[in-house]
Amino acid sequence: MVKAVDGVSLAVKRGQWLGLVGESGCGKTTLAKTVVRLLKPTSGHVYFDVPDVVKAEIEALESQGKNSGKLTSLLKENDLATFSGSRVRLLRRRAQLVHQDPFTSLDPRMKLKDIVAEPLRIHRILSGEAREMAVKELLSRVGLSAGQLGRYPHQFSGGQRQRIAIARALATKPDFIAFDEPTSALDVSVQAQILNLLKDLKSEFGLTYLYITHELLIAESVCDYIAVMYLGRVVEMGRPEEIFHTPHHPYSQSLVAATPVPDPKRRVGRIILPGEVPSPANPPPGCTFNPRCSRASDECREFEPELKLVGDDHYVACFHPLQTA
Amino acid sequence: MEDLIRIRDLSVRFYTYEGVVHAIDDLDLDIKQGETLGIVGETGSGKSMTALAILRLVPYPGKIESGSIVFCDKDSGGELELLKLKEDRMRAIRGNKISMVFQEPGAALNPVFTIGDQISEVFLLHRRQELGRRAKQRVDSLLSDGNGLAAGLKRPFWLWQSRLYSKIAEGPHPLEPRFLSHLPLFRRLLWRLKDEAGLLTVDMLKDVEIPDAARVAAHYPHELSGGMKQRAVIAMALACSPKLLIADEPTTSLDVTIQAQMLELFRRIKADKGASVLFVTHNLGVASEVCDRLAVMYAGRLCEVASIEEIFLHPSHPYTKALLNAVPIPGKELQTIPGALADALNPPPGCRFHPRCPSAMPMCQQERAKLKEVSRDHMVACHLF
Amino acid sequence: MSDWKFMARQLVRNPLSLMGIIIIVVFAFIAILAPLVAPPPGGHWNPYLIPRDGYSATPQPPSEEHIFGTTQGQYDIFYGVVWGTRSAFRVGLVVIGIVLAVGIILGSLAGYFGGVIDEVIMRITDIFLAFPALILAMAIVSVIGPSLRSVMIALAVVSWPSYARLIRGDILQVREEDYIEASRGLGASSGRVIIRHALPNAIYPTLVMASLDIGAIVLSAAALSFLGLGAPEGYADWGQLTSFARNWIVGPPGDPLKYWYAVTIPGLFILFFVLGWNLLGDAFRDILDPKLARR
Repeated sequence: MVKAVDGVSLAVKRGQWLGLVGESGCGKTTLAKTVVRLLKPTSGHVYFDVPDVVKAEIEALESQGKNSGKLTSLLKENDLATFSGSRVRLLRRRAQLVHQDPFTSLDPRMKLKDIVAEPLRIHRILSGEAREMAVKELLSRVGLSAGQLGRYPHQFSGGQRQRIAIARALATKPDFIAFDEPTSALDVSVQAQILNLLKDLKSEFGLTYLYITHELLIAESVCDYIAVMYLGRVVEMGRPEEIFHTPHHPYSQSLVAATPVPDPKRRVGRIILPGEVPSPANPPPGCTFNPRCSRASDECREFEPELKLVGDDHYVACFHPLQTA
Repeated sequence: MEDLIRIRDLSVRFYTYEGVVHAIDDLDLDIKQGETLGIVGETGSGKSMTALAILRLVPYPGKIESGSIVFCDKDSGGELELLKLKEDRMRAIRGNKISMVFQEPGAALNPVFTIGDQISEVFLLHRRQELGRRAKQRVDSLLSDGNGLAAGLKRPFWLWQSRLYSKIAEGPHPLEPRFLSHLPLFRRLLWRLKDEAGLLTVDMLKDVEIPDAARVAAHYPHELSGGMKQRAVIAMALACSPKLLIADEPTTSLDVTIQAQMLELFRRIKADKGASVLFVTHNLGVASEVCDRLAVMYAGRLCEVASIEEIFLHPSHPYTKALLNAVPIPGKELQTIPGALADALNPPPGCRFHPRCPSAMPMCQQERAKLKEVSRDHMVACHLF
Repeated sequence: MSDWKFMARQLVRNPLSLMGIIIIVVFAFIAILAPLVAPPPGGHWNPYLIPRDGYSATPQPPSEEHIFGTTQGQYDIFYGVVWGTRSAFRVGLVVIGIVLAVGIILGSLAGYFGGVIDEVIMRITDIFLAFPALILAMAIVSVIGPSLRSVMIALAVVSWPSYARLIRGDILQVREEDYIEASRGLGASSGRVIIRHALPNAIYPTLVMASLDIGAIVLSAAALSFLGLGAPEGYADWGQLTSFARNWIVGPPGDPLKYWYAVTIPGLFILFFVLGWNLLGDAFRDILDPKLARR
């Protein structure tokens, strides 16, 4: 059994740009896909736009222990892990995912206009001329010209394809978009264009973003809030400046130190993390980071640390965090 | 510093179904002895193609149209025109004097052979005489020390081996060992070559900081992680102490923390082995970590080349400046480069960058700029200078 | 779209595929123009019944009246092969049509959904594949009663399992692609995903196999007719004609090839028909592979 995501509790506030940072195997992609219900969680609840009162009620009922009918019906309505059929369809209109690789996320045999119109077709939004107009609008919003409607994906560059994927995600006017490393397959200059586009779209449509990346620099410069993941667990959460300048978790610190910056002066004194990222199929006991951690103690090898508040909206899961409050 | 590689007027064209693509367009570039030169560029810049062209590995339908690549080999005391060499001489250089590390370590390793076998293969190909010499030494010591019945029975075989190995040690392509290597049973006589290669392999793996090298050598590629595989590939590349190591985006597919280890390894290789490294990357941060000098390419042409400090402190070419501005730095506003990358089939006339350049002049549309020196060792190809 | 143009150009460039296309086109013309080329006798005559010129058992050599001669029972060979072209196309296309339809439906259900559905469908195909194809076909035809229709049914029953398997395999592969997941993420139902995304991307190898198979099916149909299990006597069908020539393959001791026209001419028609489809299928396969790689 592989615990891709292990006991993660995370909240994305409306209008926030949350960055999910981590390396391969940390579970960030799994988490994002679960949030939009492309994967079903093994256990736990995922709430999309559910008022706090309802969540509190569910929590109260659960702590009571008995399996009441009220609890099940509340969960069926609010916990998207239990959704089925039409509820899932409704969710899909409001929560979308943009994939990492623009070269494989578009059907190679579909024309551009069909790709972007597909969500409208599926949810029976608009029709005929109105639909065509909507498609053209979406394309111009992401910076593509309407003259290319009849083309196929392979005739576009990587950056353009990612724009198509973004246009497709915007078609149903969602509230929330999850991005799975959308720029990692793109050139630097194209990446900058896409990031600016995302910024504009977010402010124009009032969107909420869950942005996965393994590049700390990107997360720093565009996100409002960052969660650092390691081997299926969130190890630190906080504002970008804090994570970058005063990281509390040793892993965050090594991530910051390992990120190359185009500044020849910033080379010496880097903390190089030894060892390999362990496989999620065989996690080390206790704190999953302990084999590579220079501060590991016996406590770390036996127990798993919980996320604790260490500052203003800043959480760390570590027995020996770097900065003591 | 002396030159190791001199590239002049190199042009590589791809004859595709849709038209001709100028992957590299009249490139002039030098790699000096012992330096790490980085080539930075985006898709279509020609950076990977330059690396492949040096080793004459340009894939079909590409062709090296014109130009010269001169390799100055101090040891053999000569200057070799790589583009004019016969294929078998080129093969003697690949893996030996000039070797290459690719982006995907998994793809560069053969899944049905162990790591040790693949690295040994390099030794068996290029260091056969050395291996023969060592093998002969071992057999000779057995001959002198051996006592007793077992030794007595094996003696004739040892004598035969000793003779074979000395033949191998002496000259290239000796007849008897070559003949025997094709016969099924007698091939066993040459097993010591593989053995010696195996020992050298384990040394090599230790050099690239693979823990428990002897055990890892017996592993297959799929049993190793990405970082380890890349180290193994680097071990293969460094086995024969090449003068030039070409690395084509070696850390792009690796995690950030593993990448940091790998860059540290590259720095150490540079210090220990004194080899030159041609480091191709699209990541300016990575380039600033390992490179001494940096060349910036766009659409098959060289824009700017200078020392790493110069490039970052005083970028001169508009593309270089734009590229530096496009890197997301926390707190700084992200500046994009307007327009799209030059179309490979129909590139803009004159300077390839002019449609996107903020300082474009009418001249830029008509004429291509030549490389000029703007300050010491700092060359720029732009009409602004 | 430039894709089809590229494919068309490749088809025409390759001499073998060009030959295949020409052969099929020639046959198609013969089939379409059959009423003009070999006019049936007037009245309520079923054009698929070959007109007889007498009742003698001995085949007559080609002459002015009968361009290709006559076969046993004085059936005109020329008329037979011309209208037989129509039968051949009918058999080939109908059987392939049924087989593709059934194979695609079952194969994509099995491939996309997996689990129990996959197991059940695959075991059913296993059962069908356990029988030797021609024997099973013969058995089915014998039970229903020999006619061209039962030949078509029998061949369809025998051929569909391979297609179901082929499509299942391709769908399994395509199922893992990102754009399939993206479609589900948009809210597409499984049916939509299969029909609009998975199938169009997975179908090409199957189409190649289908074009190669048309020839094989016509050949099998001819074999069944030759054995007497196909078209009724006197029906315009190549296999039927060869069945007539069964007793006349070798002539009298002095002149063994005396009745060559009886078996050779229908045989040649079968040969070229199958050859044409095979060349076409090969050409498709060659084009599709590099095209996919070209991307």
